[in-house]
Amino acid sequence: MSIEPIYGLVLAGGASKRMQRDKAALKYRGRTQLDLAFEVLSRHLQRVFVSVRADQTSDPARAHLPMIVDSVQGTGPIVGIRSAFAAHPQVPWFVLACDLPFFSDALIHPLVGRRGTYGFATSLATAYKSAHDGLPEPLCAIWEPSAAPALAEYQAAGGHCPRKFLIRYGAHLVDLPDPRALDNVNTPEEYSQAAAALDNSAPMQLKIQYYALMREQAGRSEETVETSATTPADLYTELAARYGFTLSREQLKVAVNSEFSDWSRRLAANDAVVFIPPVAGG
Amino acid sequence: MSFRFTQTAIDTAEARRELQDLGAGGYVSFEGWVRDQNEGQEVTRLEYEAFQELAVKEGERIVAEALRRFPVKHALCIHRVGSLGLSDMAVWVGVSSAHRGEAFDACRFIIDEVKHRLPIWKKEHYRSGNSGWVNCERCAAEPQHSHAEHPHRVASNP
Repeated sequence: MSIEPIYGLVLAGGASKRMQRDKAALKYRGRTQLDLAFEVLSRHLQRVFVSVRADQTSDPARAHLPMIVDSVQGTGPIVGIRSAFAAHPQVPWFVLACDLPFFSDALIHPLVGRRGTYGFATSLATAYKSAHDGLPEPLCAIWEPSAAPALAEYQAAGGHCPRKFLIRYGAHLVDLPDPRALDNVNTPEEYSQAAAALDNSAPMQLKIQYYALMREQAGRSEETVETSATTPADLYTELAARYGFTLSREQLKVAVNSEFSDWSRRLAANDAVVFIPPVAGG
Repeated sequence: MSFRFTQTAIDTAEARRELQDLGAGGYVSFEGWVRDQNEGQEVTRLEYEAFQELAVKEGERIVAEALRRFPVKHALCIHRVGSLGLSDMAVWVGVSSAHRGEAFDACRFIIDEVKHRLPIWKKEHYRSGNSGWVNCERCAAEPQHSHAEHPHRVASNP
């Protein structure tokens, strides 16, 4: 799996007013939301930071992670994004809110691969299109360095909403692979629902067999893995990150229980999965 | 059983007997041998590896397709796995038929499909001491190549 020359920023400076608890410290399957988000980004991006307010630097949920402390005035997520550009002005930032429990590895590549032009100019950002209202999702988006001066201008004019900013200045929009993937949690009720949903898709055991080049790269011919991947596609993403497989998914076929399978098939516990690299019989 | 694997040398005399039929006017076979070079590199030996459970099913489907498409009597394919030296036989296909035309056609069909569809891999060992998995290393090393420029077919869904 390639590591992208993009930095990641997990926004963890919010007030969590409606939740009445720190959203970054909410736990899913025993792990904090902040750690889970940080780990997904770290698997794909060159460097990842947590955006924090100055009074949060020694907070136990945050202190163990690399931080970017707010360095510009104002309120809202734009402060965190602008502070990231102030610290590293030349890199694009994959900005991620800290209240998206369904965010996963599968959401990285569609954005990274579709960074592109908008009209005649390079767009300031590449964002998912909300499955609810078709508007840009600014807090799971790649923000380009060219957005920094525009954000400063927008904030100086009294703006503070990153979504309105993207609507006004234009973003390249990408369809969500799963309409529920960016459902966020704002209230204790939403938190308990999301935690239960994730527990229900709790890790299951799968049997994986490796052949040829992939056997050598994995360093084993078979294993039982515990995974929360629900499809062969997600499973490959997870294992490719673990073992550094050099073959892209497009080069492979997959078999489940000794028959060829779709990549989007829903896996069941104890399924036997084999990834099939380019063949060379005869 | 119209497709099988073997760990040892393919016994063609025995395989040929399985195709005998009083109505057959002839028989065509193809033998795939280990060649001493590939893509400019001097090959010293090969290792074949297969996902046998799926490959046997898919191999039997290929032979069944051949019997449906061509009016032949019997068909059989045997693929060897493990370490093979130069000139060793890696694969054997045999077809018996009333007339020669369809026997050639069916034999050609089976070996072509076997090469493209079965989950079988080979690792070449070169005189230079290097080795590589055929169809896998170059793609992996040059991901910027489009598939159109660098064709290889992988096993297709049935």
